[in-house]
Amino acid sequence: MTAFPDALEITGPTPGQQLRRRMFGHQGFMIGAVFLVLLVIIALLAPVLAPHDPYAQSLSNRMVRPVFMGGTWEHPLGTDHLGRDYLSRLIYGARVSLLIGAVAALISGTIGTALGVAAGYFGGRVDAVVTFLINVRLAMPVVLVALAVVAILGGSLSVVIGVLGLLLWDRFAVVMRASTLQIRGREFVAAARAVGCSTPRILLSEIMPNIVNNLIVVVTLEMAHAILLEAALSFLGVGVQPPTPSWGLMVSEGKNMMLFEPWLVLIPGAVLFVLVLAINLMGDGLRDVTAPENRN
Amino acid sequence: MLRFILRRLGLALLVALTVSFISFSLLFLSGDPAIAIAGESANAEDVAAIRALYGFDRPMMVQYGDWLWHALQFDFGVSYYFRLPVADLISERLSVTMTLGVCGIVFALLTAVPLGVIAAIRPNSLIDRIALFLSVAGQAMPSFWFGLILIVIFAIQLRILPASGADTWQHFIMPTIVLGYYAMPAIMRLTRAGMLEVLSADYIRTARAKGASEGRVLFKHALRNAIIPVVSLAAVQMGFMLGGSIVVESVFALHGAGYLAWESIGRNDLPTVQALILVFALFYIVFTFLADVLNAWLDPRMRSA
Repeated sequence: MTAFPDALEITGPTPGQQLRRRMFGHQGFMIGAVFLVLLVIIALLAPVLAPHDPYAQSLSNRMVRPVFMGGTWEHPLGTDHLGRDYLSRLIYGARVSLLIGAVAALISGTIGTALGVAAGYFGGRVDAVVTFLINVRLAMPVVLVALAVVAILGGSLSVVIGVLGLLLWDRFAVVMRASTLQIRGREFVAAARAVGCSTPRILLSEIMPNIVNNLIVVVTLEMAHAILLEAALSFLGVGVQPPTPSWGLMVSEGKNMMLFEPWLVLIPGAVLFVLVLAINLMGDGLRDVTAPENRN
Repeated sequence: MLRFILRRLGLALLVALTVSFISFSLLFLSGDPAIAIAGESANAEDVAAIRALYGFDRPMMVQYGDWLWHALQFDFGVSYYFRLPVADLISERLSVTMTLGVCGIVFALLTAVPLGVIAAIRPNSLIDRIALFLSVAGQAMPSFWFGLILIVIFAIQLRILPASGADTWQHFIMPTIVLGYYAMPAIMRLTRAGMLEVLSADYIRTARAKGASEGRVLFKHALRNAIIPVVSLAAVQMGFMLGGSIVVESVFALHGAGYLAWESIGRNDLPTVQALILVFALFYIVFTFLADVLNAWLDPRMRSA
């Protein structure tokens, strides 16, 4: 008599196990995730990690060079034009970038998902209106509108977050609409309707779980987008206002000394680049991992 | 086809109208423009006089109708700062931005399409990896920072390119690279994906089977079909790039329409800002409309969409 195979052997790994296995095996995703987690930890532990107060000026210690350019370990990445410790400002700047990216993506994600799912599920007039709104939004030049609104309302962290949140919902709406369209005709949705589920229930417990993977991918990519835009706005002088340590603002402040001290510009820009790169790598990786059939 | 064009045209006009209303009302929210124009030393009577002179005392919809009516005749009012017609200011500056935009998209296409094609012919090769790296890096690169790096290298260290201004063609090299690199990743990815898909199609196998040379298969059969979506993406990117040129123009002090927008925002010059938002939006609308029509013309299946 032969032994029966284990139940686990027959069913194989669960979808969740498969997903985790693919995630850990995806090089880009892992690199991005490690960097992002690292930066999040640095941002959270900023008060512990920063060697100095990021706002403390010391006019006798202005533009001290970083340690690899002949500076001392007292200021590992040197000091800026007001003698503030550059490393401490970079560490606190991570908080600004991550906060803006996360909250802006949350706001725009909520707006875009609501519009996109409604358009995809109900179709007809609702779809026509949402598609029109997406077209209008895409036609608005983002940087210019954001510049104008921030200039009118005055630059501050909350204004920048609000403006970006209200402007960046287009990709959410486009992707969520397409994903919902694919799901809406499936049997389980028809079955839920047949047993008398209410529309909100169908949307929340039948549609949403099936499109949440795509949503997470867009969240990461739009978070990166918002972080880049905040930096650009701050660089142009209408984003986060001094003395708040924002990486875009640091590049802008260093620009005037660029001729003699190019590191003032290179360092904050490089950190910004690494953060956005990490988030994008994670987003691209998530897309590969959750939809392996769409690779390439 | 005609029906398709007419429907798209109607939609484009409706979008343009909505954008014009949004850009008008956006700046209407900014409080009382009369106070801004009158300056800090003005008293209440001066402000009231200016309010009446510019017509700010009328209801918003009346002002919007008036503004739109004049805008349709290319009259965007008078700049608060320059005291010159906004239309003249913009048309003077727009040539720089258009030059930059065209150079940028040409640069993006010239780098993205060959890279995308080679990457698709040899997937996972070294060139594919390089192309992937360039596109991933391009999407994460803050364009103002990239511009400053180029200035540090080519203007400060090597001293072979001018850092700012728009007098000669050399002034356009670095801005073109920065703006073009911004559009490159998307175009390259689409070219690569399109080529990969087309190369696995049956008619390519047929072409190979009947003995067509590899070059003929690639360029005459494959690229021709793969390039269709790329052309329309390039048109859309062009629309985005003109709006994105604000950052690039301000880094290189290139006196185009984007730079004008940035300056005007700082000067509270509302008529100029309003007109520029509308002009940039119109460019995007025109380019996407052209892309849609082009797509429908090249691929009849799109006409029903």
